Parts: sequence; structure tokens; C-alpha cells
Amino acid sequence: MKNTVILGALTVAGLAAGAASAATLDDVKARGTLNCGVSTGLTGFSAPDANGVWQGFDVAVCRAVAAAVLGDPMAVDFTPTTGQTRFTALASGEIDVLARNTTWTFSRDNDLKFEFIGVNYYDGQGFMIPKSLGVSSAKELDGATVCIQTGTTTELNLADFFRVNNINYEPVPIETNAEAQQQYLANACDVYTTDASGLAATRASFETPGDHVILPEIISKEPLGPLVRHGDSEWGDIVRWTLNALIAAEEYGVTSANIEELSASAGDNPEINRLLGTEGELGAMIGLENDWAKNAIMANGNYGEIFEKTIGENTPIGLSRGLNAQWTEGGLLYSPPFR
Amino acid sequence: MTTMTDPPGQGFRLSQLIYDTRYRSLTIQVVAMIVLMLLFSWLVSNTIANLNALGKDFDFGFLGQPSGYDINQRLIEYDSQSTHLRAAVVGILNTLLVAFLGCVLATVLGVIAGVLRLSNNWLVSRLMAVYVEGFRNVPLLLWIVLIFALMTESTPAPSAFRGDDPASSMILDAVAITNRGVYIPAIHFAAPFFENGLYNWLVILVVLAIAIFAVKRVNHWAGVKQEATGVRPTTWYLNIGIIVLPIAILFVLMGAFLDLPALQGFNFGGGVHLRGSLIALWLALSLYTGAFIAEIVRGGILAISKGQSEAAFALGLRPSTTMNLVILPQALRVIIPPLISQFLNLTKNSSLAIAVGYMDARSTLGGITINQTGRELEGMLLLGLFYLVLSLVISGVMNVYNNSVKLKER
Repeated sequence: MKNTVILGALTVAGLAAGAASAATLDDVKARGTLNCGVSTGLTGFSAPDANGVWQGFDVAVCRAVAAAVLGDPMAVDFTPTTGQTRFTALASGEIDVLARNTTWTFSRDNDLKFEFIGVNYYDGQGFMIPKSLGVSSAKELDGATVCIQTGTTTELNLADFFRVNNINYEPVPIETNAEAQQQYLANACDVYTTDASGLAATRASFETPGDHVILPEIISKEPLGPLVRHGDSEWGDIVRWTLNALIAAEEYGVTSANIEELSASAGDNPEINRLLGTEGELGAMIGLENDWAKNAIMANGNYGEIFEKTIGENTPIGLSRGLNAQWTEGGLLYSPPFR
Repeated sequence: MTTMTDPPGQGFRLSQLIYDTRYRSLTIQVVAMIVLMLLFSWLVSNTIANLNALGKDFDFGFLGQPSGYDINQRLIEYDSQSTHLRAAVVGILNTLLVAFLGCVLATVLGVIAGVLRLSNNWLVSRLMAVYVEGFRNVPLLLWIVLIFALMTESTPAPSAFRGDDPASSMILDAVAITNRGVYIPAIHFAAPFFENGLYNWLVILVVLAIAIFAVKRVNHWAGVKQEATGVRPTTWYLNIGIIVLPIAILFVLMGAFLDLPALQGFNFGGGVHLRGSLIALWLALSLYTGAFIAEIVRGGILAISKGQSEAAFALGLRPSTTMNLVILPQALRVIIPPLISQFLNLTKNSSLAIAVGYMDARSTLGGITINQTGRELEGMLLLGLFYLVLSLVISGVMNVYNNSVKLKER
């Protein structure tokens, strides 16, 4: 009896270990859903709406990948991860892709053995502080108590910033954005620091957003992007080019409004034709159907549409495009050509 | 009938391994050992295979790299340029601090609650029952989070102490209770030789030890005198003098002064800052474990036969003396062994510190360091090793104490 149980456990564990090392694309297709790691809740980027459906800027990347691979943008299982659990979740194979405003750094790419497939939001670290404290620059924060999400790059930037400027602070390590918000509003810390986009999103959920200011200093470069595990380049390519398809679609003027019309038959623009699969065999090259990019774009619209819908100027979060505009409009978004 | 004429042994048959009681236990042990070793080797090979698949190696070199992060509560010198190893040590010291404080307070609470639960006073015993059952039956994590939330939400922020007519004021101008923790006065020394360093406390400790030894001698002398004459000399003023006078003289010599906390910029400066996270973790651990210890103490006292206290009363001892001199010393024999495991529980439970952002070993070595270096396996192994060693040391020390109080069989 005992031996049977042990053998059973061995078999299950062996199967699980085997599954993790197989090709991710096959796993996802066999499973019928994409396992996607997101944050535990950051309005605008990834948070469940009133119906429990995950919505947001990072969530849209997952939905686009699911649409490209499985043809169904809703075939995604979302796993909420904290700053500390996200990398373990990805490394262990619990999730196929991590889209959780994660900063692309050298050591994460190489030492942690992950593959960042691009940047979906160019960000920088900022500080939020109650207006009543009358602080106008981060350099006046000597002696302040600072809430930080532990296990993030912001933690390291913060240490560097205060050391370089030779001022003291008291770090209060926090697990999730929700906890940080609660501590900050209870005045248990004077300052909350994280990526400026995260600060804007957090502030938007306050009762009186006007009472809080985001200081002008941006103390770091935080290129946020989705990432996958090392060792499965095919899967990495699929996620990378799905993101590129969303960006390219905006550049070429492919929107959710006109995509049906454009993909019905080959048009004048060969770039659009190749992107939407009416010309060439790009889909087969990455092991997907030829209409993969069309499905990905139809999921939530192109990059610009996603941005406007989730975190843009007309949303409570109210972020302007800034660095995240197309290269043709002075931003940094630039998709390599589809050919 | 035929047993007598059976041929003596037909040689060894394989089935004997299972059906012969002489061999059976051996067979089972061998099989179990093989299964265990297979399981272990599978674990190791699986780990190696997965590390290879991820392209990772097994290397403790990361401990020598600069950590890059700051820690708020540090008992030793540390900044973001220190190594991961030092960050781990800072965390370990924080774990030891909260575990030590927790064990002390839990024992005090537990003994008081355990004794009072046996009180004849209906109200007192019921109150203690509510305390014990309340804390014992609700998960520790909830208590930690609850106490922390109470501290951050219901106490004033440092800014409330500011201005000509502040909303809050310090207790006796010396203690400030804020939602970032409690600030209490610190004792510093101004005399040239004792300005900084830990050794000034060491000097005080040594003097205190000598004083306590002297007090013991005085008590011994009083005992001898009592034996001889039947009258115990009054010693309490002598004892107080022996302890207080040298310490007071030492403090004056060393130029001791109180460093009161005062508002400086965003926070209070000066004094000792007991962070909210430390207090919440400490109180929750103590109250929770104290409830278990109360039950152990109650059980220990009930284990002493009623005849003992009746005999003590018959001799004219008062209830408090009976408890201190007759019941508790005997009850200790029953109490100590389960108490050890409660201390171990408390120490290991302190790893829940992450819930309130207390920077213990789990949060530094097992949290941020792992996260920044990606060395999960190495970090977790080190962390496990630390808790193992700590637990063994605690139970070792407590076992020595147990041997000294347990019934001597001669």
C-alpha cells in the first residue's frame, strides 16, 4: 500500500517535471488556455473588473497572445503574483508568460534566466507624497518614511538614489500595491515610490486624488515588458511578435474598426497584407495560423487603442503617451518590419 | 506430533524473507531504506536536471556581492553597499531579537494566565479561559495582521504631534506612540571612554552579575543565621542597596543621560524606535504562544496531587507561598518539556514577519536576496539550515535546564 502511494507520487511528480520541459506552445495548445502571470491588482494595468474579468494594459498582452495562439482572447488563466513570487512562478512553469509591469534589467535577463520579449511601457520610478507635507522635490525627503514594494527594482533604485544624494530614509517593505496604498493612506509612510505609471494608477483609485502629488524627479529607467523563460525561443518569438503586431498595427492604421475590412482580401499596403496574413506565410513560420496577428489585434485593438482604453488620458489614470508614442510621433515604440 | 522429527533446516528459502519472523523486520527495513534512497536520489537528480534545463548553477558566491537594498531595523552596521551575507546576518539578528522577546513575554503571560485560570474567582478564571481559547483557536497570521492594522490605523501619525496646538502629545514628554511605531527614550553615555560601542552595556552587565552574586551570598548568610537562631535578619534594604548603588555609581561615572525622542523633519528622531512591525509581531507571537503555554502550565499544576497543597496549607503556608515553593517547582518537571516545543514553535512562527514587513531572516535572505539574485535553492537551503540550527540550539539549552529541574533518580 505504502509503496503504491510512493510510486504514484513518483509518477505524478515525474510527469509534472516532464511537462515543464516540453515546448511551451504545445503545452498551451494541449491545455487550451494560456497561463499568464499578472500583478495582484493595479488599476489600469491588471485588475479584475466588477464581473471578475481581468482588465488592463498588461492583461491585454496576455489576451492578444491567447488570441494569436488559441484564437480565443478569453482563453487565459490569470495568476496574480507579487513582486516576490512572480519570478518563481515563471521559472517553475506555473505560468507561460509574465505580464506584470516588470522592469527589463541585465541581471533579470541573464542571471535569473528570463527572456524579455520587448517593452510595452517605458516608465521611470517616481515618488508620491501628500500635498499637505509641502515637499516639491525628492531631494527634500531627508528622514522620510518610504513605502516600497519589496523584491522590485524600485527597492534598489531607491537605495542608490538616497545614497548618492547623501540623505537618509526609513524603508517600509510592502508585499503588494494594495497594502502599500493602505499604509500610505494611513500615513504610516510619508512617501510611496514605484513606477510613475503605477503611482498614477494608484492615485486614481484614491478618494481624493488631488491631495497627493507625484514629485517631478524620475530617478530611473524602467522599461516594463512581458517575459518568458529561457530555453524556448519559439515561444519567446510568438510572444515577441504578438506584441510587435499590436505596435505595428497602430503604426499602419489597423484598428479594431477596420481590421475585418482590411483582412478580407489583400489590399494596397504589402506590410498590412503580410501582417494580417492575406499575403505570405508568416504565421506558419512561427507555428501558428496565418490569421494569428489578426486575432491578436482583434482581441483588444492595436497598441494605441489598448493604451487609450486602459490607462490613457481619458481614463481616471490619465497617462499621456509620452515615450510610449510611435516612433513616427516622437516616441520610442518601433516594431521591426513584418516581412 | 511430527515436530520432534522434523529435519533441522532445509536451507534458506527466499520466502523466508517475508514469512519468517527472524528475517521479516530486516527485509522491511532494507526495502524501506532502498525506497528512501531512491526517492532521495530522484530528488537530487531532478534538481540537477531542472537546474540544467534553466541553465543555472549551484553557487554561494552571491553572498559576497553587494546587496543593493536597505533594511530599516538593523542591530549591526549595514547599508546598501554591504554584502548579501551581511544582509542575511542583519535578518538573522532580527529573527533572534523577536524570538527572544517573544519567548520571554510568552512565558510570563502563559504562567500568569495558566495560574489564574485555576483561580477560585469565577470572573478571573473565565477571563483567562476567554483569552486562552480566543488566541489558541484563531490563526496566528490573523493576530499579527490585526495588531499591526490596529497600530497603523488607530494611532496618530508623527505629523499629529506638530504645531503649537498638536492633536496628539507625547506621554511625559518621553514616549511617543505613533502609527510608525513607539519611540522611547534611549540611554546614552557621555563620558570620554564610553561614548559609543557596546562594551559599556557589557560593563554594566558584569557589575550587575557581581551584584546578584553578592545578593545570593547575603541571602545565604541570612539562611544560615535563621537556621542558627530561628530569626531571619531583614535583608531587603541590603539587597536593594547592593544592586542599585554600584549601578547608579557606574551610570554617573559613565556620564549616562537620557536621549528623548523629538520631532525632526518627517519623523521623530533620537530615542529608540520600536517599529510597528516589531511590536505587532512580538505581541502577536507572545499572546498566541502564551495561550498554549497557559494550558501547559495549568496541566502541570493539575498534575501535582492535591495532597501537596493541602499539606502546605496544613503547615500554615499562605496560598502564594504554597504556589511558589511547593506547587510550581514540582509542576516545572511536567511543564518544561512541552514548553521547549512551544519556544521552537514561536521561533519558527516568527518567519510570518513578512506579513507586516518585519525584516527577519525570511525577509532578507529568504526574500529580497533570493529575488534579486535568483538563487532560490541556495537561499532556501541556507534559510532552512539557519532555522534548523536555531531550533536545535534552543532545544539543547532547554534540555540542559530540564535536566537540572527534573526528578533526580539516585
